[in-house]
Amino acid sequence: MDWVNAIVQGTLLGGLYALFAAGLSLIFGVMRLVNIAHGDLIVLGAYLGLTVTAATGLHPLLALLLVVPTMAAIGYVLQRGLLNQTLGDDLLPPLLVTFGLSVILQNTLLEVYSADPQKISAGALETASVQLGGLSLGVLPLFTFGLAISVIWGLQWMFYRTAMGRAFRAVSDNQDIAQLMGLNRRHVFGLAMALALAVTAIAGILLGIRTSFDPAIGGGRLIFGFEAVIIGGLGNLWGTLAGGVILGVAQTVGAKIDPGWQILSGHLAFLLILAIRPNGLFPRISA
Amino acid sequence: MSLQDYSVTRSSPAARIAALCALVGLALLIAAPWWAGRADLRLMGELFLYLSLASLWNLMAGYAGLVSVGQQAFVGFGGYMFFALTMFAVLHPLAAIALAGVLGALVSVPVAVLIFRLRGAYFAIGTWVIAEVFRLGFAQVSALGGGSGSSLPVAIVKSLASKRAMREALSYWLALGAAVLVITTIYLFLRSRKGLALTAIRDNELAAGSLGIDIWRTKFIVYVVTSAMTAMIGALIFLQKLRISPGAAFNVNDWTAFVIFIVVIGGIGTIEGPIIGTLLFFALRETLADLGTTYLIVLGAVAIVMMLKAPKGVWGLIRARFDLQLFPLGYRVVKRAEHKGQND
Repeated sequence: MDWVNAIVQGTLLGGLYALFAAGLSLIFGVMRLVNIAHGDLIVLGAYLGLTVTAATGLHPLLALLLVVPTMAAIGYVLQRGLLNQTLGDDLLPPLLVTFGLSVILQNTLLEVYSADPQKISAGALETASVQLGGLSLGVLPLFTFGLAISVIWGLQWMFYRTAMGRAFRAVSDNQDIAQLMGLNRRHVFGLAMALALAVTAIAGILLGIRTSFDPAIGGGRLIFGFEAVIIGGLGNLWGTLAGGVILGVAQTVGAKIDPGWQILSGHLAFLLILAIRPNGLFPRISA
Repeated sequence: MSLQDYSVTRSSPAARIAALCALVGLALLIAAPWWAGRADLRLMGELFLYLSLASLWNLMAGYAGLVSVGQQAFVGFGGYMFFALTMFAVLHPLAAIALAGVLGALVSVPVAVLIFRLRGAYFAIGTWVIAEVFRLGFAQVSALGGGSGSSLPVAIVKSLASKRAMREALSYWLALGAAVLVITTIYLFLRSRKGLALTAIRDNELAAGSLGIDIWRTKFIVYVVTSAMTAMIGALIFLQKLRISPGAAFNVNDWTAFVIFIVVIGGIGTIEGPIIGTLLFFALRETLADLGTTYLIVLGAVAIVMMLKAPKGVWGLIRARFDLQLFPLGYRVVKRAEHKGQND
C-alpha cells in the first residue's frame, strides 16, 4: 500500500510539474524560444502571490485573479521590450539574454524579499485531505492536478479552436508567411509570452502554497519543467502532463527508497528516457 | 598586377608586437611572487583560473556552438576528484591534478553521448541537469563529507611545500601555468586541421557538414577536451580554497554565470575576448563587490545590453575599428612590399 501511495502522490505532484512545464512548452512551440529565466518567473509569481495575500488578506486562490493578469502584462512587456530583439536564426542571443534576465530576477527578489524562506498561507486548504480506498489524498494536490488538466485542456482548445490559437500556429509554422497574411508576429509573440506567464503565475502560487520557497530555487523549477517537456516530447501538451507525472512518480518512489534520493531519481529517470527515447515519449514536432 | 604581387600570411606586425609583449608580460608575471603582495598574488591566481574557465567555455560555445550552462559539473568533479585522490589514494597533489583531468575526460564521454541528443537551448539545460546529478550524487558520498563537504587535511597541504610563502607562490604559478596551458592549447588547436574544421562549423554548420566535416565528432572532441581541462582547473580552484562542499563545487553562479558574462562582455568566438572580459570582470568586481546583489544585477544588465547592442563584445568593437588580430589565426592577403610602388 505504501508503494501505491507513493505512486499516487507522485502522480498528483506531476500536475504541479506539468504547470511548470506548460508555459515553457507553449513559448517553445510558438517562437522556438527557450526561456532560461522561466524558473525565476515561477518564483516571481509565488512572491507576487505572497505580497497580494499579505497586503489584502485575500485567500491565495483569489489572489490569482490579481497575480495572473499582472504576470501576463509583465510577459507581454518583456517580450515586446526585450525578447523580440533576440529572435532570429542565432541561438546564442535568446539563451544569453534570458540567462542574464534570470540572474537579474533572482538577485532583485533577493534584494526585495531577502533570502529567508517564505510560504503562502492558505488556511485549511493546506492540510485538508480525503480518504479514498485506504489512501489519504491531500485536497491541495488533487486540486493542483485538476487545475493542471484544465489548464492544458484550455491551452489545447485555445490552440485549435480560436483565432488567437490559429495565429500562434501560423507564426509557429512560418513567421514570414504569417507576417504577409497580416499577422504582426511581434504582437503574437507578446501574446504567447503573456499567456505563458499567466500559466506561470498559477504554477507559482500553487508552488508557494505547497512548499516554502526562496529566491534561489528558480533554477531547480526550470529543470523540472524542462524535464517534463522533454520526457513528454516536444510540442505535445498532453505529453508534457505525462512527462510531469513520470517525473513526479520517479521522485516520490525515489524518496521512498531513500529520502536523499528524491530529486536525484527524478533526474536519473529523465536521463534514462533520454537514452532510450531521445525525442521523448510522445513527440509531435522535431526540434 | 599579377598573382605574384600578393602573398598569403597569417602573421601581422600587430601579432608580432603582441607576441613580444606577451612574452615580457609572462616573464613579469612569473616573477610576481617577488614583487606582489600576498593579497594581490591570491587575486591574480583567481584571475588566471577564471581566465582559463572562460577560454574553455568560449572554445565550446563560441567555436563548437555547444552552449553549456553546466560546466560547474566538471569544475566540481575535478575538485572532488582532487580531494578524493589526495585523501584516499595518497597521491601527490600535482599528480592528483593531472589525474583529475584524465578522469574528467573519461566521465565526459558518456555524458556527451547522452546530452548530444539534445539540440540548441535544450542542450544547455541538459548540461545543467548533468551538473545537478553530479551535485546530488557527491552529496550522497559520506566519505567526502556528504552535503556539508570536507577540508583538505593539513598533511596534504604541507606535502606541496613546507613553507607558507612557498605554497602560495606555487599555487599562483600553477594557476598561471594553467592559464598559459589552456590558451596555448586552444591557439594551437584552432590553427590545426581540426581547428579549421571547427571554425568552419562556427561560421556555417550546414556548409561545413556538406564539405565533409564530421560535425558530431568534432564537437565531441571539443567537449571531451574542454571537460578534461575544466576538471583540472576545478582541482586547482579547490586546492586554493582548501575546502569543498557540493554547494560551492557545483555552483552555477560562480562557475558558469560569471564565466558566460566574461566571455559575452569580452567577445565570444575569439581568443582575445575572454582575456579582455576577465580583466573587465575583475575590475568591475573589485570596484562594485561591496554592493552585493546589486553588483550581480548590474553584471546581468551589462551582459544583456552587450548581447543586444554589441554581440561581438568589447574585442569585436576594437577589431571592427582597428582590424586587429593579436592571435594570428586567420589568413590574410597582403601585397608584397617591393611591388608596392608599381601597383599604385
